[in-house]
Order: sequence, then structure tokens, then C-alpha cells
Amino acid sequence: MSDFFSDFWSNYVGIVSLGSILFCALLLWLTARAPTPSGTDNTTGHVWDEDLRESNNPMPRWWMGLFVLTILFGLGYLVAYPGLGSYKGELGWSTGSEYAEEVAKAKRELEPVYAAYTAMPVERVAAEPGAIAIGERLFLNNCAQCHGSDARGGKGFPNLTDGDWLHGGAPEKIKETIVLGRIGVMPPMAEAVGTPEEVKNLANYVLSLSGSPHDSVRAGLGKSKFNACVACHGIGGVGNPAMGAPNLADRTWLHGYGQEAIISIINTGKTNQMPAQQGRLTEAQIHVLASYVWGLSNKPAVAP
Amino acid sequence: MSDAVPASIRPRRTVIPIAAEEGAGLYAAHRKVYTRTVQGVFARWRWAMVFLTQIVFYGLPWIEWGQRQAVLFDLGARRFYILGLVLYPQDLIYLTGLLVVSALLLFLFTAVAGRLWCGYACPQTVYTEIFMWVEHKIEGSRTARMRLDGGAFSLEKLVKKWFKHIVWLGIALWTGFTFVGYFAPIRELGLAFLQTRMGSWEVFWVFFYGFATYGNAGFMREQVCKYMCPYARFQSAMFDRDTLVVSYDTERGEPRGVHAKGSDARAQGLGDCIDCTLCVQVCPTGIDIREGLQYECIGCGLCVDACNTVMDKMATPRGLIRYATQNGMDGHWTPKQVLRRVLRPRVLIYTGVLAALCIGLLASLVMRTPLKVDVVRDRGSLARIAEGGQLENVYRLQIMNATERPQRYRIEASGLEGLRVSPAEPVEVGSAQSRWIAVRLQLPYGGAAAGSHTVYFDVRAADGGAQVSEKATFMVPR
Repeated sequence: MSDFFSDFWSNYVGIVSLGSILFCALLLWLTARAPTPSGTDNTTGHVWDEDLRESNNPMPRWWMGLFVLTILFGLGYLVAYPGLGSYKGELGWSTGSEYAEEVAKAKRELEPVYAAYTAMPVERVAAEPGAIAIGERLFLNNCAQCHGSDARGGKGFPNLTDGDWLHGGAPEKIKETIVLGRIGVMPPMAEAVGTPEEVKNLANYVLSLSGSPHDSVRAGLGKSKFNACVACHGIGGVGNPAMGAPNLADRTWLHGYGQEAIISIINTGKTNQMPAQQGRLTEAQIHVLASYVWGLSNKPAVAP
Repeated sequence: MSDAVPASIRPRRTVIPIAAEEGAGLYAAHRKVYTRTVQGVFARWRWAMVFLTQIVFYGLPWIEWGQRQAVLFDLGARRFYILGLVLYPQDLIYLTGLLVVSALLLFLFTAVAGRLWCGYACPQTVYTEIFMWVEHKIEGSRTARMRLDGGAFSLEKLVKKWFKHIVWLGIALWTGFTFVGYFAPIRELGLAFLQTRMGSWEVFWVFFYGFATYGNAGFMREQVCKYMCPYARFQSAMFDRDTLVVSYDTERGEPRGVHAKGSDARAQGLGDCIDCTLCVQVCPTGIDIREGLQYECIGCGLCVDACNTVMDKMATPRGLIRYATQNGMDGHWTPKQVLRRVLRPRVLIYTGVLAALCIGLLASLVMRTPLKVDVVRDRGSLARIAEGGQLENVYRLQIMNATERPQRYRIEASGLEGLRVSPAEPVEVGSAQSRWIAVRLQLPYGGAAAGSHTVYFDVRAADGGAQVSEKATFMVPR
């Protein structure tokens, strides 16, 4: 019991538990022996409020047997299961082990369901209504918290239905993203760019890449500053899926649209993380989930 | 039947001792109750109730409704079928209503005529009666049973006891099987049993319920009513002085004593009670009704039948033991006067509340929409801006089809000008199925002030059969 510095509480719990049981047994023994005063009229002889009398209606003896059984059960339970302080019980049972067993059992039972799908490529699985139903549930339980129930994401969380991929949308890339997670880092670039005015100019240039409304004079001035960005975002800002650098020339604005949002990102940078699902989900689950996600923006292959 | 008629009426003062012996302690030894069979109006009523309740209980699971069992509580799929109704766990309120109605019925019956439920309809009473009938058929009459139990071990005893227990177990297991048949399709269950491939939980419940029946009806009997049943205790709180209870007319019966048929008991200084103790012998809880109303009395009226038989034989009027009220007994009221007091405020209030509840429950069942919708707003994001300057909120809708046909539902939204649901296509939900759907509500940017707005999802069955409007919140960011 690492929760405490000493064994005091463990002993306390154990002693109180056993003491209570022994006290019950003692009480049972004493009361079963003590004769109750019983007059000829089957009352204890006490009278309250003029006519209220206490009848002597004894419990049946088998009822006492039940008490004894309860005590025996309680003692047996305390031997077999954890109950006496830090004593683990003879059976070695714990909630953790039971949970692990149930998960293992569920996995065993589901194996045949998944087996049919794991043998197929993602493009085929995406055409299976059964797999899509499973994938949808997996998505709702594991992904929807960030990406939204409809997988369309939100600010900071990529939309998975638009065919626009930060890290590539090939089935194996999607799987890689799910298994290992992703960390997208945009370092703060204000220093490399220069003065706040120059940052503003750069932001307008970035807006111009996608043909979004911008100040063309500032965009012209900011063009040269984009050299600081090319290493990741590429010439013309088309992005680089190999390192997860977003395409700045399209209409997708993951972290906000407009001059202010872009200036903020240039100044402070951004670290965005997709947590790894490895270990949380089985390989088969990830296969089906990847098929579902792939199917959100692709037409599944029809079975040959 | 020879049991019902006493062959000879001998003076017998001490009957079965009711009070515990001196110094018995807190725990009394169990005394087995050997009941004598009896015939009469109330015995017939009891048997009528046995047949009525048991035909319903054993028969109901076998009735088919369309392609399925008429009454089936499918716990695994969480669907509850009652005739044409498909109930979801969300319909728990109907169960609550049923329980409230049952409780009020108990109040009403108890206020009018005491423990009618206990005496006639309670499963404990009914199964005990069935088991006692088996016992009587196999082991013989009351005296024969007492002799058999008291006698030494013999082949006859062995055979009779074994035979009785086998029949009891058969009934008990069939009861357990029927019980499980309410929760798993009984025909498939029967087939599974024949092929010995019943599920382990089904086997457990058949045996558990069967064992409970065997134990309660075979051995525990009146002790369940005396020591275990909470209803038995609180029903006494519903009695008043105008409640009809099984009563012994002390004034008329005492002093009890044997006198010859046709002789004038009063002239011999005696009451009408000849102290034949038949009322005690037939009592399923083993009490002596002549000591007045006791907590053990389940109000079955068998002692009334027994006493009336004897009164007929003695050519004295019936009703030495009868259903009577305390007021009626004290005031020597005629039955008409007694019945007039039945319609007292307590009874009228119970009846009124009961009627209102029943009407409400039925109306709500009849007008029930066979569709349920739950709306869960995505917690991850408040709102987002989508293509075309649309403000989007995302929701999950759980659409529950409470009909037994596949349905198409159209989802619309109202509450804000220009609100649109996407995707706009109708949703298919299978027969008695529920489905989660992710939907987006779109509002043109600037279409509403910043803050949260109440909106409604209107879900309609394409065939026009059902419509549900469910409240939700639409967030517009600042």
C-alpha cells in the first residue's frame, strides 16, 4: 500500500473489519441465549401509552442460521478477496486484473469480426458497410473529441473529409498518423522576419498565395521575407507533406483565417499534436479506422 | 372430502400452541404447519385466482405477435416488446407508472378488505397452494401427513417423499423456465434446452428462480409472509376500523365448548363455537383466528369456509367467522350497514387517484410517439467557420425507431432564421433500431448575435407517422 507512509491504516481497516464481524457473532450468541420475559399473554410485559404492548414474536431459528451463514461468508470473502487493509486475498483478484481479462476476452471475441477486414487493403475495406459501421463507432469513441463527430474538425483540428492532408492521405500515411501520432511544429519566426511591419507585409503575401483578399502593396513588400518560410512551406507556399508543413496556397486555414491570425502564428509559432493511438487501439482496429477515415474523402474501390 | 368434515368432534382445549414457550429466547424453533384442505366459497376463489394468475404467467410467453413473441423483455438488445408496443429503456416511466398503479391498487384493496392480495393473488400464496395440493395428493390428508412425518423411516415414506419432491422440482423448474422465457424467446429457449446448448446465464436463472419457487412454496411458505415480506407489515398501517378483515365473532362464539347438534348452546352456558379447531387446522399460517386479528393472518378466508361447514352441520347460522369490520362487529351492524361504510373518504381518494393515474398512463401509451431523439452537442468545439462563410455547430443525434418497420427520417432545424441541416438527406433507421448520426447545423455568418441560442431539431418520419422536436443549443462565437 504505497498510498501511506506506515501500515497503520491498513491495520486499522483490518482490525475494524474483523472486529465488527466478531462483534456480530458475539451479539448473536448472547441474544440467542438470553431468555426474554414472556408472560402468559405473549408480551414482554411492557406497556406504553396505556395500551401499547410489546409482543414477543421471536424470529425463527433458521433466521439465526442465515446470520451465521452471513458471518461465515464474510470471513470467507475476506480470506479470498482483498478487504483486510493491504492484504491482497488468496485468490489474487483485483479490479485491474478483471478489467484486463474482460478486455482480452472482448478482443478474442471480436477477432473473427476483424479478421475478414485485416486481410483486405484499406481501399476495399472502405467499401464494406460492416467495416464502416465499426469504423464510425471507433471514430466517435476515439477521434470525434477533437476532429468532431462529422470529422470536419475545427480550428486547430484538421478536417478529415476535404482531401487536404498535412501528412499525406495515402492509406499507409493515415495509418502512420493514427499509430504514431503527429507533432506539427511551426517555430516563432518574428525575429527572422524582422519588424512588426515586415511581419504584416509577409502575412499579406501569404494571403496572396491563395488569392485571398489582401493588401497587394504590402504583399509585394513581404514577398522577399517569405524566404524564411520556404525551407518548410516550399516555394510558392505549397507545403510539404513529408514534414507536415501546411500548404499556404489553398483555402484551408487550420489555425485561423485572415491577417491577424497569420501574424499571430508568425510571431508565436505553433505546436500542434495528434496523440499516438498505438497501444490504445489494436492493429485491426487501426486498420478499420484508417479505412473509415480514408473513405471520408475517397471513393472506395469496388470489389473485383 | 373426508378432511373437510370432522368425523368426530371431541373436546380439545389445547390446539396448536401459538405463543412461544417460556424463555424461548430471541429465536424460535420452527413448527411445521400442516393444513387441512377445505372447501367453500373462499377456497374456490383462491383456486380461481391460482388458475387466473398461472394461466397468464405460464401462457403469456407462448403467445406470438407477428414475427415475434408477444411479450418479450429483451435485456441484451434493451428492447421491451408488449403486444404492439416497442419500448426503450428511456420508457422507464411506464414501468414507474405501473408500479405506482400496483401500489395504489394494494392500498385500495387493503383499505377495503384487508390483505386480499396476500390471501388470494400473491405468488407466495399461489405457489404454496399449488405445492400443498401436490403434497396432499401424494402424501394424503393432514393427519396422514402428520403420521408420515412423525413415523419411522419406511419404504412408503421414502417413495412418497421422493415422488413429492420430484413433482415439486418439476413445477419449480418449469416456473423458472417460464420466467426466463420472458427475457429470452421461449421457443428458442426450449429448443436450446432440448439440444442442451442453453446459455450459462439462462441456465443459472432457470435454476435460481426454480430453486426460489421450490424453497419458498415447498418449505418457507407462511414464514415468508411472517418474517420476510415487507408488504405484509405495512399493510396493517392501511387498516382502519371499517376495513373488512377475517374476524371471529367472540360474543357469539364464546364461551366455546362442545354441545350436541340441535341442543341449545345458550341453555348450557355455551357460545356457538364448538371448539372443533378446524379453523386452526386449515389456516395456512397456523394461527388461531379466535384470538383476534393477528399480524400473521393473510386474510385468505379459509377459516371462514371451515367454520361455515361446521355451522351448517350444527344447523346454526353461518358467519361465526366472517369478513367483518371492527366497527360492524362492535356495533352489531347488518352487512348492508357495513358495506355502506366501504365508500369512506380513504377509499374514494385511493379510487380517484388510481383512476386518474390509469387514465393518464393509458392515454400516454396510446398517444406515444414511436420515435425518440436524443441530441448531444459536440463538446470539442463551440463553433467553426466552414466554406462559404457558414457558421457550423456539430451534433450527434441518436434516433430511436420504436416501430417494427425500417423508417426514413427527415431532420430539420428551427429556431434561427436561415438555419440549415447538413447533410439534408433523410436518415434510414432499421426496425426497432437506434442509430447515432452526426449532423451539422449551418447558419450564414452574422446570422445571429454572439452567444448561445436555443434551436430545435425537428425529426419526422417520412411516412408522416411520427414527429419529435428536440431542443438544442447553437453557439455563435464572438
